[in-house]
Parts: sequence; C-alpha cells; structure tokens
Amino acid sequence: MKLRIQNGRLIDPSQDIDAVTDLFVDNQKIVAIGEAPEGFEDAEVVDASGQWILPGLVDLAVSLREPGLTQKGNIATEGRAAVSGGVTTLVCPPDTRPIVDTAAVAALIQDKADDAGMANVFPLGALTQGLEGAQLSNMVALTDAGCIALSNHRHPMASTKVLSRALEYAATHDLLVVFHPDESSLSEGGCAHEGLMSTMHGLAGIPEEAETIALMRDLLLVEKTGVRAHFARLSCAKSVEMIADAKASGLDVTADVAVHNLLLNDQVLSRFNGHFHVLPPLRSDEDRLTLIEGIKAGVISAICSDHQPHEKMAKIAPFAATEPGMANVEILLPLAMQLMDEGDLDFSTVLTCLTSGPAACFGLEAGSLSVGSFADFILFDSTARWTWSYEGRKTKGHNSPYFGGEFVGRVMSTYISGQRVYQAV
Amino acid sequence: MMRSEPRALQLNEHGQLKHFLTLDGLDKTILTEILDRADSFLSMGEQSVKKVPLLRGKTVVNLFFENSTRTRTTFELAAKRLSADVINLNIETSATSKGESLLDTLKNLEAMQSDMFIVRHSDSGAAHFIAEHCTPNVAIINAGDGRHAHPTQAMLDMLTIRRHKGSFDGLKIAIVGDILHSRVARSQLQALTTLGVSDVRLVGPKTLVPSFFEEMGATICHDLEAGLKDVDVVVMLRLQKERMKGALLPSESEFYRLYGLTEETLAWAKPDAIVMHPGPINRGVEISSEVADGKHSVILNQVTNGIAVRMAVMSMAMSGQLQSDETPAAKDEK
Repeated sequence: MKLRIQNGRLIDPSQDIDAVTDLFVDNQKIVAIGEAPEGFEDAEVVDASGQWILPGLVDLAVSLREPGLTQKGNIATEGRAAVSGGVTTLVCPPDTRPIVDTAAVAALIQDKADDAGMANVFPLGALTQGLEGAQLSNMVALTDAGCIALSNHRHPMASTKVLSRALEYAATHDLLVVFHPDESSLSEGGCAHEGLMSTMHGLAGIPEEAETIALMRDLLLVEKTGVRAHFARLSCAKSVEMIADAKASGLDVTADVAVHNLLLNDQVLSRFNGHFHVLPPLRSDEDRLTLIEGIKAGVISAICSDHQPHEKMAKIAPFAATEPGMANVEILLPLAMQLMDEGDLDFSTVLTCLTSGPAACFGLEAGSLSVGSFADFILFDSTARWTWSYEGRKTKGHNSPYFGGEFVGRVMSTYISGQRVYQAV
Repeated sequence: MMRSEPRALQLNEHGQLKHFLTLDGLDKTILTEILDRADSFLSMGEQSVKKVPLLRGKTVVNLFFENSTRTRTTFELAAKRLSADVINLNIETSATSKGESLLDTLKNLEAMQSDMFIVRHSDSGAAHFIAEHCTPNVAIINAGDGRHAHPTQAMLDMLTIRRHKGSFDGLKIAIVGDILHSRVARSQLQALTTLGVSDVRLVGPKTLVPSFFEEMGATICHDLEAGLKDVDVVVMLRLQKERMKGALLPSESEFYRLYGLTEETLAWAKPDAIVMHPGPINRGVEISSEVADGKHSVILNQVTNGIAVRMAVMSMAMSGQLQSDETPAAKDEK
C-alpha cells in the first residue's frame, strides 16, 4: 500500500531535517521525503497541514505485565497505550511471571505483541535464572529468541563474582547487558530519596550511594570484561559524572533516564502521595538538574517513560506500602517536552532522546525517517491543549500523578510499517 | 503541570483543625490554643466530676495497628472525659496485605458511623492516608505513624514544658538518643520551632542523628556534655533493642556510657532543668533510675498532661468537623 503524508512539518534529528514537506511510504517502508519517487501513483493521501511528522518514539522501559501480572496490564492494553503516546518501538523488562529466562517466554511475548498489532516489542532477557542472581541464564538462547539484551532488572546478584562471570559470558557472545545500578544492602527497605524530605516525613531513605557504589563496581567490571553495557534509569548527579568520566576514558557505554526523574524532585513527598513512589526514587533538585545537564552533554542519550502500570489497590496504602512505579507511556512526548521550559532543552534534543538516541543504545533499527526504514512515524499537533483524564486513559494501570493534568501537544495518529494503528478522537 | 495542592488536609475552610495529623503547617496560634485548652481541662481533672459533654453522643474508635497500652489508654480516658462512646480495636497488620486490610478495615468502620478515629500505624503517612480515604466528616487523630509524627505526644510535652517553665522564651532544649527512628523527636522539633524555641539540640551518634535534621532547625551534637550544657529541658528517647541488630550501635552499655542520663551527666544541664521521656523508659539503657525517679523528672506529669492535651485536640477537631461546610449531605445522613 502506498501512502503520501502531505504538507507536514517533518522533524527528524537523525537526518537533521526540519522542513514542511511530504513523506512517501510504499510497502511498509519510507521511500522518499520531499519529491515523490518515480512511478509513485494511486497513493492514499493524508493531509498533515499544521501537524508535525515525527519518527515513532522508542521507549526503552515499558512494562507490559504479561505474562503473569495481567491484573496490572497486558500486552494488548499497554501496547495500545504505547501507540497512543506515539511509541512505535518498546523494550519490556524481564520481570514477568514467569520471568523472561527461557526462550518460550520471550517468544510468547513477541507472538502476543504481533497478534495485538501494536508497537514493535523487544523483550529483555533475564541475566540470571529467575533473576535470582545466582545461575546464568541461557543467554544465547534468549537472544536467539528475540531478546534484545540481558538484564537482572533491579534484582541483586548473589555476589560480585557471579556478576563478573555473567558479564564475561555475555562478552564472549557480544551480548548487550542492561544495568540498573543498585546496591541492595543500601536501598533495601527504602522508599524515598535519603534527604531532608524523607527525614522530615519519616520515610526510610535510599542514599545516593546505593546507586553510585553499584555503578562504580559495574563500570569497573565492564572495563575489565569488555561487555557491551547500557545503564538504565540513572537518578543521581554523581552517576552522570561517573558515566561521563567512563565515556571520556574510552569506555563505550550508554545511559538512559526516566522522564519523571527529569521533571520531579523529592519535594513532592510532602503529602505522602503513593503515586510519587518510584524506583529509583525522585531525588533532590540538584540531582534532577544534573540529569538534565547529562542530556544536554550527551552523557545520557535516552529518555524513557519507565511505564509500570498497577492495579488500583497497589497505590491505595500508606506511601511505603504502595508498589513503586508510574504508568505514563501515553503522555511521554508532551511530558518530555516540558523539559524545553523546565530544563532549557531544545526540541531536537528531546526528540533525539526519544527516537534515534534510545535506538542507538540498543542497536535497534528504529527512531529514524530515513529512506529505507520501516515507516514508523507519528503525526503530532504541537499546539493542541488537552487533558489526560483517568477515564480516558488507554493503559490498564491506575497509577499516575498526572491524571487530570493539562498538556500542550498531542499525538494525533501513529503509524507502524505504514499502517495507522492509532488515531486520536 | 500538577494538580494544585489542596489546602492543608487537616484544616477546614475556616482554618480550624478538623483532623490532627502532624504539626507541620500548624501555626503558633493553633498550638497555643491547644495548650490553653489543655490547661483548662487539667484543672478540671482535679475536680470530683471529671466529665464534660463536648463529645456526647459521638463515637470514638481507637484504631491501633501497633500495640501501645499507654497511648491507647490515655486517648480512651480523654474520650470518656469528653463523654464520647469509645471502641478499642487492636489490629495486627500482615506484612503482605497492609494496604488491603487497612482500607477494608476503614470501610467497615465508616459503615458503623463513627465520628473520630484515633490511629496508630507503623507506616509513616498512615494517618494522612486514612484522612484522605475516609468519609470527610470523620475526624482523624494521629496517635503515631511510623517514624513520621506523634503530634499529641509532642503537644503534651509542650504543655509540660510550659507548665514548668512558664513560657518558651529563650529555652535551651536537648533531645537525646535515637532521633532517626523517633516520630516523637520529629514532632517535638516542629512544635518547638513553631513556638519560638531557637536552641534545640539533637544528641546522639551519627548513626541515630542524620545531618538532615540541621535543615529542620536543630543543632546536632554528638557529644552529650556539649548537648546538655546549660539546657532547661532534657528529653530522653527510648532506645529500641532492634537498633543493635541494624549495626547502628555496638551495645546498650556503650550507648549508656556515652549518652545515658545519670545524675553526673544531668549536672551539665541547668540546676532547675526538667527531665522528660515519652515512655516507656529503659532504666539503665538511656536513663538511670535515680534520674527517672528524681526531683528533676516530670515523666509522670507528662502522662497526666497527655490526657488533657488529647481532650483538647479531640474537642477541637470535632468542633472543626462540625463547622466545616464541606459535606452537608454526608452530615444529614448521620
């Protein structure tokens, strides 16, 4: 099927394009920008006047909750939520039930995602069996079954020796390992950033050293083993410095951050609202601002939603007893665009961190509108004012502090491989 | 971007208390009103008829998710002296389903048409949570939530200080021991700061006195002599035995040696200093028997004052509930 998207402002930082032009799609792929290719006839025409044509977003952290946790969400509901937020490619964590530590579970997730016909889904495989941190998973079988990388998620390793060996083994086969730096003996029992706010409110703190000690250890082992490494969900100012230093010394590592860690700080704890309970925690404003600086400097190359849907009861409890996580994939782009005011970022930087940046971290062929790419793109109304209501949400999750919030900028339609999979009503 | 914060959860539209969750956000006028009202109830306690009808016909539920005989009893006595009907519920929380059991319990109690919940819970913010999830015309009184707050305890301590010292002007006050885990210390610090005490010292090792308390207006002392030097009031906190397991302290004996209040160490304070303790005391762990039972100790006065303060807070919150126009429909139903 041929498709001509006409008169939109096409912005693609991966090709350094920002122009009002046409996009041509044929047989699932982008075939031209600007002038129609020869023989391009009988195309369906979509008028994108006044709208932006952007690459589909690439989100490195969307929990689909299936299999096993379907009271919180499932592949169909969270896939629909993702495409309504303009996310066309997503990476899901291995912490399902059963855990993604066998090829069968990895295949199941991808099959169901194909059936749902929503975003392109790339599961992470467990680095160790059952994420228990003791025995290595069948890493090669997992990657052969479609796992894009391996991770022990936020689960601790039994010992540094096991971690070291897991990395050596992964390096043998040139596999990518995703780290969530967390020294569990320091973060255990904590639910908030260790600082004035957690102290005042009597909430058990998670010190920044829980992240930085683990990060330092991980970086040393990455250097030693030569494994390909990505660091996920940084939350501390010092972590940004450490990644920057590692890169400067020649270590080829990448890093991402959750959008809420860029927008919120621990001041929000004052009302004990469990919707602000996330891991890693919302830290000080200095941490937040340094993370934004990390984006500007290219130390952090991806912004993710860290979408974690929960059933209603998971958040109806006193703060520490709530389950951590927010379900914000639907509003990822307008949320990230708040950084243009909040953090003085330009749109091109924000969009890069939502498209080609994350794609490059994981070596995904996505996040670009270059000729020959799959036609994953969105039409975006940058001036639309709209309210994201709890009733109107697409996710099965009930957990976001942003329900009822007004946003500027809205995804109007989402295309994957040239097929429209979402249209705003 | 975010929904705007509603006005402080515990005040009605006229700025009166309708819950009593924390001292954070309450001004000097309200704290002084609580103390004045408690003072008037104290004199009543000396009369032969000790009851007033301020809560007549009201049902007060003591909702204790954590055991505490002393606090529960003084709340019960306070409610009865206000002529309320009192129900005591001790509910053990299961670690796995805290949220569910708490919400289910609340729904049941709401259906019984109670007017006031006195809540103690091991999670910080539990009283806030209940105030937000209950029908709005049930008054919630925080009887201690996790490490966060114990506002009635702090106010009874303020009453004790004011009755012994006359006023708060120029006082020097030391709070000694496990500040980190103490909801009492947090609420005391807030009360003292609001009432104008500028010299509040928190005394203990770094493991039990995190530096963040300095930003809350306190001075931190790791040395007992410096902490007690010329103070008017010494507050000793209970040291839980679990702290030794968490590697926060080597032993009770080492703690007593460094931070225990004895006649010798108390001599660093002013000659007319008073000694307080929220109880129950560990003799020979944080305080010696001689001091606990000695002439400086006002520990038993604190208990008496506790009843009066709780009467004051309960009557104020109930009246704040009745004067709130927030939910006339819900009130008609009752």
